[in-house]
Amino acid sequence: MSSVEPKITPELVASHGLKPDEYQRILKLIGREPTFTELGIFSAMWNEHCSYKSSRLHLKGLPTKAPWVLQGPGENAGVIDIGDNQAIVFKMESHNHPSFIEPYQGATTGVGGILRDVFTMGARPIACLNALSFGAPEHPRTRHLVSGVVAGVGGYGNSFGVPTVGGQVRFHTRYDGNILVNAMAVGLADSDKIFLAAASGVGMPIVYLGSKTGRDGIHGASMASAEFDDDSAEKRPTVQVGDPFAEKLLLEACLEIMAADCVIAIQDMGAAGLTCSAVEMGAKGDLGVDLDLDAVPTREPGMTAYEMMLSESQERMLMVLKPEKEKQAEAIFKKWGLDFAVVGYTTPTKRFVVKHGGDVKAELPIKELGDEAPLYDRPHVESPKLPVIHARDIAAPIGVMEALEKLIATPELCSKRWVWEQYDHVIGGNTVQRPGGDAAVVRIEDGPKALALTVDVTPRYCEADPYEGGKQAVAEAWRNITAVGGKPMAITDNLNFGNPERPEIMGQLVGCLKGISEACIALDSPIVSGNVSLYNETNGRGILPTPSIGGVGLLDDFTKSTTLAFKAAGEAILLIGDTHGWLGQSVYLRDICGREEGAPPPVDLAAEKRHGDVVRGMIHSGTATAVHDLSDGGLLIALAEMAIAGSIGAALDAAPEAMVPHAWWFGEDQARYLVTVAQDDLLGVLTKLKTIGVPCAQIGLTGGHTLAIEGERPVDVRALNAAHERWLPDYMAGKA
Amino acid sequence: MKSAVLVFPGINRERDMARALKLISGHEPAMVWHAEKSLPVGTDLVVVPGGFSYGDYLRCGAIAARAPVMDAVRKFADGGGLVLGVCNGFQILCESGLLPGVLMRNARLKFICHDVHLRVERSDSPFTRGYNAGQVIRVPVAHGEGNYEADAETLQRLEGDGRVLYRYCSADGIVDEQSNINGAAAGIAGIVSDRGNVLGMMPHPENHVEAIMGCTDGRGLFAGLVEHLGRAA
Repeated sequence: MSSVEPKITPELVASHGLKPDEYQRILKLIGREPTFTELGIFSAMWNEHCSYKSSRLHLKGLPTKAPWVLQGPGENAGVIDIGDNQAIVFKMESHNHPSFIEPYQGATTGVGGILRDVFTMGARPIACLNALSFGAPEHPRTRHLVSGVVAGVGGYGNSFGVPTVGGQVRFHTRYDGNILVNAMAVGLADSDKIFLAAASGVGMPIVYLGSKTGRDGIHGASMASAEFDDDSAEKRPTVQVGDPFAEKLLLEACLEIMAADCVIAIQDMGAAGLTCSAVEMGAKGDLGVDLDLDAVPTREPGMTAYEMMLSESQERMLMVLKPEKEKQAEAIFKKWGLDFAVVGYTTPTKRFVVKHGGDVKAELPIKELGDEAPLYDRPHVESPKLPVIHARDIAAPIGVMEALEKLIATPELCSKRWVWEQYDHVIGGNTVQRPGGDAAVVRIEDGPKALALTVDVTPRYCEADPYEGGKQAVAEAWRNITAVGGKPMAITDNLNFGNPERPEIMGQLVGCLKGISEACIALDSPIVSGNVSLYNETNGRGILPTPSIGGVGLLDDFTKSTTLAFKAAGEAILLIGDTHGWLGQSVYLRDICGREEGAPPPVDLAAEKRHGDVVRGMIHSGTATAVHDLSDGGLLIALAEMAIAGSIGAALDAAPEAMVPHAWWFGEDQARYLVTVAQDDLLGVLTKLKTIGVPCAQIGLTGGHTLAIEGERPVDVRALNAAHERWLPDYMAGKA
Repeated sequence: MKSAVLVFPGINRERDMARALKLISGHEPAMVWHAEKSLPVGTDLVVVPGGFSYGDYLRCGAIAARAPVMDAVRKFADGGGLVLGVCNGFQILCESGLLPGVLMRNARLKFICHDVHLRVERSDSPFTRGYNAGQVIRVPVAHGEGNYEADAETLQRLEGDGRVLYRYCSADGIVDEQSNINGAAAGIAGIVSDRGNVLGMMPHPENHVEAIMGCTDGRGLFAGLVEHLGRAA
């Protein structure tokens, strides 16, 4: 081991991602030049990923409170109360940069990290979801990335033993150089047994648990806070390697020692590893921390203090244990074959002291490491408003049915079965609604309660109008939960944007947050956890703004749920909500007309609430036999999806005379649902909805083997299904 | 019925299995840790559940097959006791020598979670008496390595002795290449030992025992075992 540490030079500071003024801030804070280890610690704590220095100011405005919120943002995950002393713990987090460099390991460690966030709080994970954004299908790296990421997500979740029940997969050229891998985990805990990070008590043992520390992932969080360039592949050594088996053992061991009441505080070692976890435990508890690195279990000899403090080796935890329970906890960990080592103690000094080989390698004020991190009010400019495109100005290049056949097989709208069949989505025996519907439904233990889970965002809307796009992402998650009969409860957000140092990108972030915030308030869905991923750019080209919204809803009784599949022939098909034929930013405009243009559909939050509440009521009363929310692709795509899922066709009325037909069938107006009802209930439903002023019209009848629009060529449902299922497997096999 | 569910590090479908056993037999199974050297007194069914024992590192089931508890299971099986291995459990039973053959990587090289149809080849086994011979049931698979293979002689013996109990098939019972989800020899989804008391199968009947999962076809396997053990007792 070299005892000579590098000299602190401006170049070394810059290579740690610290700007000159940030370094000045360090000098002022500690009154001397930092040691090499200290410089590493600052770079880990003050990078964008850990400090949220560009976004913090704007995140403050988000609604995070409600009577059912037990824990909002700031802990490992958010927690909501669902009654009966049951709590749901959930969060979504990105692993974008590592997944682009090394897709399999990047994705596995993304899933592993978010699972750890959830079980750190005392919850057993019961479901995972994810949102994946890839580059254009024709981009030479896309196939490789899809293949690796999907195998990685599955490889970790399947082995760990959690059902992966839903998500999004999209392709767009703006992700060519910077894919997005957002993973969400949901866990179940007892409301009165939630574990937090704040240490308490002086002289308490700090215990290291889990896998050994290696040299992997050093500076991972710093990498995630920088743009990519042509040399990004050289950053492969900063990607960590996942071990789902170790994580499964860690889960069982952690839950066992929590049940045995051994734990005072617990924090997983995620981004910035030992540094971030130790500082958070101390700072949150108003305590100092003394760490002795000689006690840290290491995978290889000769690791320096700097390396140990910055390693992002996976499947590790830090805990403060009740001293009298230390032996019991150790026995439990040994039983599971995991490392257990006392690596330090809490102190009253509020100092973060790191010792190694008898030397003090770092001694820093612990609160200031987090609290005094730079906070930027970065300049931001509002995105220019795009013109509203009128349907009558858009000529239809092909017929309605031809457009349907084409759209149902596009990368955007095709079946994603090839992806989700690589994820074990039935383990646990609670997956009431499997992937492919509006929201997944997962029963809670033996029921009757269940969760409705979804992840949504429409990045092209966010790009065209960040504010409306932000609103729409929340509204769509809310609609998807509603469409299966769930009561939307809370949200986790994963905000993926480009370089915040560019005012137009910062403007997208600010605009999206404003929209998200308004929608969360109007739809009574607080944000309880989240993650911000910036610098998603390659060579100065940013991704589409992609604020993924993970929604969690509650069903009191899973039997009072519906799916989108048509259930029987002869039922009335009702369209709820107003249809103006909004083609701006629609899939039709882009994929049929070749124009990615115009303002996206505006979101009327009051209408969303009113229409959704009515639909949920129809599900609970048993009137609605099938429900589907309208989103990408509009009315005819939604109808096709219902027909395909139920293997039942439909006879549909022609578009109303006042409407441009292709705008009626493919417009993407918001706040709309399709609902089927039995003939006997039809009159009652129509009368009731008219009385309460919710727009509703019967547009056809289920039945037959075709989708048949009056005056158009009927299309066979089986043929539609075949086209819907074909694109992705063909593409992955190199045939499309 | 007094069943024992083995728990190896990395096993993850033990809860699903325990729930199915409890639901259908009315009795809570004993969960038996891999380091145990014996089975609970009075055990009449040993279940090796699915999951990723030891992370599937080295080779699926290879490490678990050498766990202390497996000696007790071998002894139990030698005495005619009923042993059911599902998914990773099947792999463990093959690795431990209780069943012949090996489970290789799926022919399409991917993990697959999908409902499959199985043809029940005979109904006179404790593991199939809840069904009729020729009946088609629907259960999910969730595995990356379920491609059953054995040497030609073994395969011939399995067929000749009627030891293939479950075979992948189409919804109407046709065994064909298209229904063969993982490329298994002769569409084999489940086989029994030469004495007929040890079953290994890749699909998960324990995940199709409740209507909420959209199908209850898996119940028959457990109901048959309950009936068999009830009569034997």
